[in-house]
Amino acid sequence: MAGRRPGRNSVAIALAVALLVVAPPLLPSYWVGLLTQMVILAILAMSLDILLGYTGLPSLGHAAFFGVAAYAVAVLSVRYGANFWVCVLGGILIGTLLSAVLGLIVSHVRDVYFLMITLAIGMVLWGLGHRWIPVTGGDNGISGIPPLEVHAGLPFQGPLALHYATLVVFLICAGLMRLVVRSPFGLTLRGIRENEGRMKSLGFNTWLHCYLSFVVAGAFASVSGVMWAYYNGFVSPTYLDLTASSELFLMVTLGGPSTLVGPMIGAGAIVLLKNVMSAYTARWLLILGIVYIVAILAAPQGLWNLRKRPSA
Amino acid sequence: MLVYLITQTLNGLFSAALLFLIASGLTLAFGVMKIVNIAHGSFYMLGVYVAYTVIQRTQSLLLGSLVAIAVVAAVGFVMQRVFLRRFAADPLAQMMMTMGFALLFRDAALMIWGGDPFTLQYPAVLRGSMEAGDVVFPWYRLFVIIVAALVGVALWTINERTLIGARLRATVDDPEMASATGINVAQLSGLVFAAGAGLAAFGGVMGGPILGGYTGVDFDLLPLAFVVVIIGGMGSLKGALVGSIVVGMIDNFGKALVPELSYFTLFAPMILVLALKPTGLYGRA
Repeated sequence: MAGRRPGRNSVAIALAVALLVVAPPLLPSYWVGLLTQMVILAILAMSLDILLGYTGLPSLGHAAFFGVAAYAVAVLSVRYGANFWVCVLGGILIGTLLSAVLGLIVSHVRDVYFLMITLAIGMVLWGLGHRWIPVTGGDNGISGIPPLEVHAGLPFQGPLALHYATLVVFLICAGLMRLVVRSPFGLTLRGIRENEGRMKSLGFNTWLHCYLSFVVAGAFASVSGVMWAYYNGFVSPTYLDLTASSELFLMVTLGGPSTLVGPMIGAGAIVLLKNVMSAYTARWLLILGIVYIVAILAAPQGLWNLRKRPSA
Repeated sequence: MLVYLITQTLNGLFSAALLFLIASGLTLAFGVMKIVNIAHGSFYMLGVYVAYTVIQRTQSLLLGSLVAIAVVAAVGFVMQRVFLRRFAADPLAQMMMTMGFALLFRDAALMIWGGDPFTLQYPAVLRGSMEAGDVVFPWYRLFVIIVAALVGVALWTINERTLIGARLRATVDDPEMASATGINVAQLSGLVFAAGAGLAAFGGVMGGPILGGYTGVDFDLLPLAFVVVIIGGMGSLKGALVGSIVVGMIDNFGKALVPELSYFTLFAPMILVLALKPTGLYGRA
């Protein structure tokens, strides 16, 4: 922890600024769209990292909150014609509320049990999205969500405006999450990850900390879901399914858990890979499967942690 | 009303029979290796597809079953020995790896067999329905229930009455102590994983004439199997049996009574069990 290399961090920041801030006006809109995707999914991946990396709770159902928030935006804007702020706050609120309810069920469970239970919960929500047709539109999903910049009444329109708006949201979220993980609360989470028994005997309410971590992660996932609904203009049950949750899981583990930078890199890498590969081949799943296996074999600690000495 | 109840109960038992074939391997793999096997549904899927190829050539459900079990068990064995064993101490890495395999298998199946859905043929003897009073129930479904019950008895006998079973139970209880007493845990793990894969494949063949094979069948059944294992307790065969019956019944009655919320009805018993006993009905912490 103490031996951070400041050099590496500043190089990474410079690269990120160049790519996300300077480059977009020079790029074709397809690539701007990809960058926007990366930024939105980076928020999501970081939110999972609070759970997975910092608290040590491996959630395989985290895409559920992202998906539910996206659905909330879709239902509110398309079915009820709600205005921008109702949609945004409604999406975040519903996603967060869901995590607050589900958190009650899962917060006393640990390790592999946590993994299985979140997986089952995620699948149940996917089933609901799939079958509860009057509300979710079933397999067809819901389309026709107005673009963010139109719905919000921004003076600028088009992919560039959306990209910079997303970037602002991303910076706010990343800043908040950085505050969370560096706060005494975040340190306690890490303590629970390393040795829950010891934290308990020191007098910490570990259940409450795990619960709050789950809710905080759910809240940021909801923000990401709201942005995604506006970016994509369309929601479908595939946002909720196991493939989505595990892709998310891969972003975090590939990038490097318990660093906030790692999941950003992971999100970028997966989005890039997915779009570039699916342009060339229909065998995208096959390749993704191989990426999983190779990533675990070659960099079990994640890319961002590769140059650090493995900690015991 | 009574007829409806009996028919639905039999249908529930049919689902339970399939679930038991899938979940018993999942729960044993978990008990011995702490593997959360995302690819377990893929074993089921591969079972259906392999059997499909064999049955098309030979018209024999028996031969299809045997080949499917052998092929998929071999796949499972190689997967465990070559890949999963390296990460024996790390359940997360193992889970990610099985996720990778699940995607790989799905796409490979799509590549080899195409995306058209199909159902398996089965012997003419088993066609038609049993009629007892007003209750009409297909022979084939009854056959599957009986076969699964026989498999259950066989598994129970192996687990409780043989040396391998004793080693297995010891390893589920405490892998380190088991290995200290001279049990070859690595070999046992490979065996259990392969057997679980074979059982899931057999489940696929048994379910094939009714549910069929299609893209996505792997992830359709996986959550049900996980709910079974969570309710029953991870690592417990008895738990898998009880869990299968509970989930089979609830899923079936849920689908019949409130079809839109059918997935959701599974949720309630899981939460109930988790709240009262986080390790499941028969699981140990």
